[in-house]
Amino acid sequence: MKEISEIHLPDDVRYAQDHEWVRLEKDKIRVGLDDYAQDQLGDIVFVELPQVGDTFKQGEEFATVESVKAVCECYLPVSGKIIAVNTALEESPELVNDSPYGDGWFVEVNPGNLSEMENLMTHDACLEKLKGAE
Amino acid sequence: MKESLSATGPFLNEPLLWEKGKKGRCGFSLPRRDVEPCPLDEELMGEGPDFPDLSELDVVRHYTRLAQWNFGVDTGMYPLGSCTMKYSPKTNEKQASLPGFTGAHPLLPSGLSQGALKMMFEFEQYLNEITGMHATTLQPAAGAHGELTGMLMICAYHKKQGKQRSKIIVPDTAHGTNPASVSLCGFRPVPVTSNEQGILSVEAVSEIMDQDTAGIMVTNPNTLGLFEENIQKIAQIVHDKGGLVYCDGANMNAVMGVVKMGDIGIDVMQLNLHKTFSTPHGGGGPGSGPVSVAKHLEPFLPVPRVVEENGAYILAKDYPDSIGKISAFHGAFGVIIKAYSYIRRMGPENLKKASQLAVLNANYIKEMLKETLHLPYDRPCMHECVFSDKHQAAHKVATLDMAKRLMDYGFHPPTIYFPLVVPGAIMVEPTETESKETIDQFIEAFKAIVNEAVENPDLLHDAPKSCKVKRLDEVTAARKPCLAG
Amino acid sequence: MIYLPHTHEDIVSMLQVLGVDKLDDLFSTVPEDCRFNGDLNLPEALSEWELNHHMSTLSHTMAVSPEYKVFLGAGSYEHFIPASVSYLLGRSEFVTSYTPYQPEMSQGTLQAIYEYQTLAARLLGMEVATASHYDGATALAEALLMAVRITKRKKVAISSLIHPLYRRVVQTYFEPAGYEVVELPYLNTGVTDATGLDEMDDLAAVAIQSPNFFGCIENLQALGQKTHDTKALFVVSFTEALAYGLLKNPGSQGADIVGGEGQSLGIPRSFGGPALGMLASSKKHMRSLPGRLVGKTKDLDGKTGFVLTLATREQHIRREKATSNICTNNSLCALAAAMYMASVGGTGIRKLSQLNHDKAEYLKKELKKAGFTITFDSPTFNEFVVEFPSGFEANHKHLLEKKIIAGLCLAPYYPELANHYLLCVTETRSKDDMDALVREVKS
Repeated sequence: MKEISEIHLPDDVRYAQDHEWVRLEKDKIRVGLDDYAQDQLGDIVFVELPQVGDTFKQGEEFATVESVKAVCECYLPVSGKIIAVNTALEESPELVNDSPYGDGWFVEVNPGNLSEMENLMTHDACLEKLKGAE
Repeated sequence: MKESLSATGPFLNEPLLWEKGKKGRCGFSLPRRDVEPCPLDEELMGEGPDFPDLSELDVVRHYTRLAQWNFGVDTGMYPLGSCTMKYSPKTNEKQASLPGFTGAHPLLPSGLSQGALKMMFEFEQYLNEITGMHATTLQPAAGAHGELTGMLMICAYHKKQGKQRSKIIVPDTAHGTNPASVSLCGFRPVPVTSNEQGILSVEAVSEIMDQDTAGIMVTNPNTLGLFEENIQKIAQIVHDKGGLVYCDGANMNAVMGVVKMGDIGIDVMQLNLHKTFSTPHGGGGPGSGPVSVAKHLEPFLPVPRVVEENGAYILAKDYPDSIGKISAFHGAFGVIIKAYSYIRRMGPENLKKASQLAVLNANYIKEMLKETLHLPYDRPCMHECVFSDKHQAAHKVATLDMAKRLMDYGFHPPTIYFPLVVPGAIMVEPTETESKETIDQFIEAFKAIVNEAVENPDLLHDAPKSCKVKRLDEVTAARKPCLAG
Repeated sequence: MIYLPHTHEDIVSMLQVLGVDKLDDLFSTVPEDCRFNGDLNLPEALSEWELNHHMSTLSHTMAVSPEYKVFLGAGSYEHFIPASVSYLLGRSEFVTSYTPYQPEMSQGTLQAIYEYQTLAARLLGMEVATASHYDGATALAEALLMAVRITKRKKVAISSLIHPLYRRVVQTYFEPAGYEVVELPYLNTGVTDATGLDEMDDLAAVAIQSPNFFGCIENLQALGQKTHDTKALFVVSFTEALAYGLLKNPGSQGADIVGGEGQSLGIPRSFGGPALGMLASSKKHMRSLPGRLVGKTKDLDGKTGFVLTLATREQHIRREKATSNICTNNSLCALAAAMYMASVGGTGIRKLSQLNHDKAEYLKKELKKAGFTITFDSPTFNEFVVEFPSGFEANHKHLLEKKIIAGLCLAPYYPELANHYLLCVTETRSKDDMDALVREVKS
């Protein structure tokens, strides 16, 4: 597993407490799992995603990620309606490990309340939190 | 240490069944046809399953070779914590294969099945005595099945009182079957944390126990191998608010003849015959999980129940508050025969001795390995003890690596990564049937491995080397499951 | 005591290491008020030889073949088990090993169970079969709970011709969760009446047993069609696995999930247990399956190997969100079934099932000739219902004295069928046995 210094935390996303990331793309939100979480979980074997059209409140469980020996529930960082799911993850769950912020994205969301993004952490805040937890 | 226990082969390769055989072969002696053929309607006829055709020798060689790739208690020490892999006496197998038992139909008139009914009746009495409880059902087919039965009875009890409670308290050290059984019954498991001594504290339970909690599910001794010292006070708190106490009796091997669960506040518990009572594990079953209850839960036991009437035994069904049935018939009778035989062979003194020696063996291992492996709870344990891989982290060696390397030394690994409260947990349960020599060999092997972790950690990372296969790609097995050929 | 290897010297030396004097001191963490200080009130230990005698005596009270001719089925069947199967099943590497969580040391069990899963799936015509459950009743209950999880609906419809004890188990499982179970009635032809399904659009599953409790073969394809029309899952159950050696299997008839009993496949009756719960589904629902699954994979050297997989469904990982609470399954019984299916073979099983069918048909014919009414005229396999004249109980008792058990009286299970008996014939009953039965019931 990586050292804290090796964890990749790009600037163009915001981070939730449970290691989901959120990227604002024009008027929609893209959500995925951050590098720390994928590293901790190890090889991802399965991702269970919601259906297009499902709605969730902020903090509601919307997906689960499985490695061989563990399951991780994912909570939607910003409330809204699912407008796209990454179907590529069905055949290739390893995309979450290889490209957590790129091809390993989970869902696209039509956000209910963009101001909820202000509660999320920046790169710096996230790094601090990881260091603190050591 | 002299020669390692582990040698090599003969590990012959053996293909899958359908990669062998030739059409027309058969390994089954077809009985003589003494009636006319009676063709079925075309509409109903299927094509028959695509099974290979194998001769008797094809089948015998196949399974003989497969068996040689396996490691059982009869092969060597199997110190799996929480599993009680004690030796299974062979006389038990003999009794279970008596034709009068194997050939018996479960719905025989009771007059024609007195032997079975008598055995079941007596066995229930034995379990009542050992647990200190009032009544027992033999119907559950495994420990988890027994847990479900217990939960169903707790649910029925509260329903009868006119209250539908929604929660059950489950300690953080609980075996996974506990919260799973709780959920199956529609209850919500509420976690409670063990204290720094590794046991439940009265305060922690008191804080969360309320009128909406149906009860608590404890394991005693718990999965850290420690006796829940505060159990009586905890039971009191739960009872005071109208709840019930379920005890997972998986660890009963530590306290037979030493503690009677019914006397310390337990209302309902299951036993695992394939653990405490020596029935063999069979590669994953069959087991048997009888449930014993206090008097106030007796009306809810599954039906039918074996009762004595005028010197004979019958199956009685008229229990209006019964939860119903949990198995189609009477439970795993073939397994029960083995446990019954075990109790008859051991007798009361030896059962107690077994617990004492199980605890002796575990404490001995704890004492002898505590300088070698990190011991999170340095206090007297019961029949199992828990170490961790904390000291090996610096060498990038984990519990998994040490476990795999143990195989090369001729031992089945202990239970690993459970209980969850100890990261990198290594749970060792030797049981009483391992001799001091075997245990000393195990201790030496572990010491050697811990040394290797410092001097040559790759020996552990690449382990095992001397089994049929090396480490397996479990990731691909989960990503692209191939579950049938 | 021969299972306790410690000598006095061993104990003394080990106690010394622990710094205590006697074994009792090891229980210092058990508070005084939790201790039991008496002796367990259990019978004195028996020697191995006394135990042999004791158990032998008990076993001789049981009414079994060859002394008794038992024409009972109803979920537990007498079939010949090859000596080779019993012999192989005694290999202690299979018997005394644990669940294969350490796959490198358990390839024997793992390959054997993978083979069992494959043969079971082929027998049932399904894509995936689990490593086994406790029995047919719990397999059916788990199949229905699985359907509830998948469809997120809370109601199931089950045929009243599913084994009465299986239905009782389903009710017990469903009771606390508050799910609803409705029963479908039966027609006078001895098969399920599914017309009620037209009104139901909120079902998670419809469950049918075939051959059903009366031995009658259900029209699974039509029932499956009707089920799918309601958007429910089609669950098929069975108690006599050998039937699929001859009849169309559930998978070919539209079953989504199959949950039944495999005891007929090389497992002795043993007074009802241990048994073999067989559960299978399509690949689509694989991740909702409860119970263990063995998968094929490769090791570090690229050699084929087997491993428990999709474990994240199970209790030791998912805990309260697991697909079930099952831990121990019935692995050795599954192994017996695999050995049996391997021994009988594809060609053999056709012949064996045909023989079973024909023997039962013979008894049916002879009883008809003797003037008795065969209650239902649907085609049957191994079991059928016959109507005996009222007051037959006395006759039944008389037959017991002649060591003939003439079927199961249906009255306790179907009060409307008071004088009807469920008779079972397998390959183990000879023509002479059957002729004797007919002779005796006629008189």
